Amino acid sequence: MAREMLKGNVAIAEAAVRAGCEAYFGYPITPQTELLEYMSSRMVELGRVFLQAESEVAAINMVYGAACAGVQVMTSSSSPGISLMQEGLSYIAGSEVPCVIVDVMRGGPGLGNILPSQSDYFQVTKSAGHGDFHPIVLAPASVQEAIDFTMLAFELAQKYRHIVIIAADGQIGQMMEPAELPPMKDYPLPRPNWALTGANGREKNVITSLYLNADEEEAFNNRLQKKLALIRSVEQRSDEFATDDAELLVVGYGTAGRIAMSAVQLAREKGLKVGLFRPQTLYPFPEQRLSELAEQVDMCLVVEMNAGQMIEDVRLAVKDSIPVEFYGRMGGNIPMPDELLRVIERYYAYSAVLA
Amino acid sequence: MQEEFVFSGFGGQGVMFAGQLLAYTAMDEGLEVTWIPSYGPEMRGGTAHCFVVISDRVIGSPLVAHPTNGIIFNKPSFDKYEPLVAKGGRLVVNTSLVTQKSLRDDIHVIEIPATDIAYEIGDQRLTNMVLLGALLRDHPILSLEALKQALEAHIPNHRRNLLEKNYQAIARGAERIYA
Amino acid sequence: MTIDIIPIEHMQVVYDRPEALACNHTHYCPGCTHSIAHRLVAEAIDELGLREQTILVAPVGCSVFAYNYFTVDGCEAAHGRAPAMATGIKRVSPDKTVITYQGDGDLASIGIAEIIHAAARGEKITTIFVNNAIYGMTGGQMAPTTLPNQKTTSSPSGRDIASTGAPLKISELLAQIDGAVYVVRRSLHDVKHIRQAKKAILTALKVQQAGLGFGLVELLSTCPTNWGMTPVDAMHWVETAMMPYFPLGDYKIADSVHKLG
Repeated sequence: MAREMLKGNVAIAEAAVRAGCEAYFGYPITPQTELLEYMSSRMVELGRVFLQAESEVAAINMVYGAACAGVQVMTSSSSPGISLMQEGLSYIAGSEVPCVIVDVMRGGPGLGNILPSQSDYFQVTKSAGHGDFHPIVLAPASVQEAIDFTMLAFELAQKYRHIVIIAADGQIGQMMEPAELPPMKDYPLPRPNWALTGANGREKNVITSLYLNADEEEAFNNRLQKKLALIRSVEQRSDEFATDDAELLVVGYGTAGRIAMSAVQLAREKGLKVGLFRPQTLYPFPEQRLSELAEQVDMCLVVEMNAGQMIEDVRLAVKDSIPVEFYGRMGGNIPMPDELLRVIERYYAYSAVLA
Repeated sequence: MQEEFVFSGFGGQGVMFAGQLLAYTAMDEGLEVTWIPSYGPEMRGGTAHCFVVISDRVIGSPLVAHPTNGIIFNKPSFDKYEPLVAKGGRLVVNTSLVTQKSLRDDIHVIEIPATDIAYEIGDQRLTNMVLLGALLRDHPILSLEALKQALEAHIPNHRRNLLEKNYQAIARGAERIYA
Repeated sequence: MTIDIIPIEHMQVVYDRPEALACNHTHYCPGCTHSIAHRLVAEAIDELGLREQTILVAPVGCSVFAYNYFTVDGCEAAHGRAPAMATGIKRVSPDKTVITYQGDGDLASIGIAEIIHAAARGEKITTIFVNNAIYGMTGGQMAPTTLPNQKTTSSPSGRDIASTGAPLKISELLAQIDGAVYVVRRSLHDVKHIRQAKKAILTALKVQQAGLGFGLVELLSTCPTNWGMTPVDAMHWVETAMMPYFPLGDYKIADSVHKLG
């Protein structure tokens, strides 16, 4: 496959098509609208289902319905839209049906703005809806990763009958980079035996998240937690750069992670032993590898485009063994590499004193 | 090697496409490249800009505070980016719409009445190609030939009839510097 | 005196449980017309031979467990979202019969956007709209269809329309929408009207089978428990209080539906 110049939003859309997405339901919101627009022509051209819903509330419930019918289905939105989808996400998690959600995060709270942000880390990883659940959350840092993670998202959703959120931000959605798209997967997948396909020659299937009996609800939750524990044990993913001899470890994901890589390169050019740890799964958080690295480095510097959210997971992973410091920008401001370099230099000197 | 470019002007001046074309050219030449636009309401007739980063290794940030090259289509863009171009960098200025002179002595300034030249060729929308021609003639990290090939490969179909005029605009931009 | 006993081989079944109706005790209160509505839906499914291809979307409200009372595939929607969920199902399974079963709080209040847009898109689904002028499951609060001056636990002095607005007339409202091809209001308060309701449900399912567009059957229903009435008084109240405000009738029968015969 040749490299093509692809915009993040479009790349995710085409990757979803190639992963075998049978139905897309969405509502326009900047900065992900190109994804919806692309699907509006591409899905129809392929004879698949595209529908622009009347709201994000309706869109996620259409996703819920199509998922119950047993097809690979997705929606995409941005922060305020994801807030509206939380009700549906909770029902989907409580019904254990698979779906893929793309969140091209923007500045908040409230209407906020349309600029790149990571201020919904908590929302996607810890509070995607009421009740005890976490979606699987993938955080691409490049257009190529956006493609690869979209393919992975459909796989994981089917494998675990679970929600997978691709947490991108306005920058990943809007930027163009050369990237390779995978070939088209077999399509369509057969409908699973639990799906609502009509009680034809079998007992009826019922999909519900309602368990009025306390013991039944607890039993369901225990099963859900067991699934999440399995996901935590086998699905942690991360990327590293220059960590071998690193004394200061920068931790960042998505756009912040990729900018941090530039800053780490600049720091290395100055001879500073700085490395980058870039979580690719935000849930499950890659705590296994990070806790290993914590034994080797003197300090973690968490970089996010928010007020400090992932830092809580970093602190849980390193368990007070080393200091964990933070640098964040908000409001749609993106930290620049030289700005981060100055921060790194400051903490590097500080960590040297501590060591 | 890493070079950064900011293209900035009014919406409708072909700012985004100029950046994209440079990005396509870099990709076709086997280099790493990123392109990122300003987006949202400012696209609708206000100032628009995009950043292109070209490198021979994996690119971290697609945005930089001090790009090595500024391609300036109008006055507000001059005001915003002239001070930000990196030391030793390059500023290509469309003097048809920018009357100021850069007072910086640490950058290389190329002045070219790109919109006037575009008018002469017959279409003011060719301003972007004149500026690109001037940029790559002065700073040949990518050849003019590669630029033309990329244009041929990536021009939208409904603009294909303008291909020859685009080539002319690139050539006029390139010759102008040394005229 | 002798009693003639008809030998079993000469007996005939005159009344039976429809195959589409599950052999379950419902949780509905005595005198509630949900059970009648369920039976009518099940009979219609059976008569059209749709049991093995039907998917039922249950609402939030008293009929939240509707999927337990049928032998068809079923699922549980979030409050008010049944039409959106049904849309998702129908769009990926156009050969299935998709039914939403919704109460007045679910459909006319929290789910008003979803029902209007499903109708506007002409979704090929069938909605059974059970209107009993009150929130039953939560214990008798005011619904969008609660009558003027009707006392509920959240309008203890009677619904004051100056403050809460007038009841929503859903069939009249949806009839204005092009995509809605079959919109009728029926009542479950006596045998004659129950038969008419059954016929309407049959027609609505045929409309879906023929792919003509969105169909809705509104059923005026009782809530003896929360109305504070005996079941008989409740039936009477439907006729005397509800029907004047919510007149029965065919609010929309598109030409295409007429042609169905």
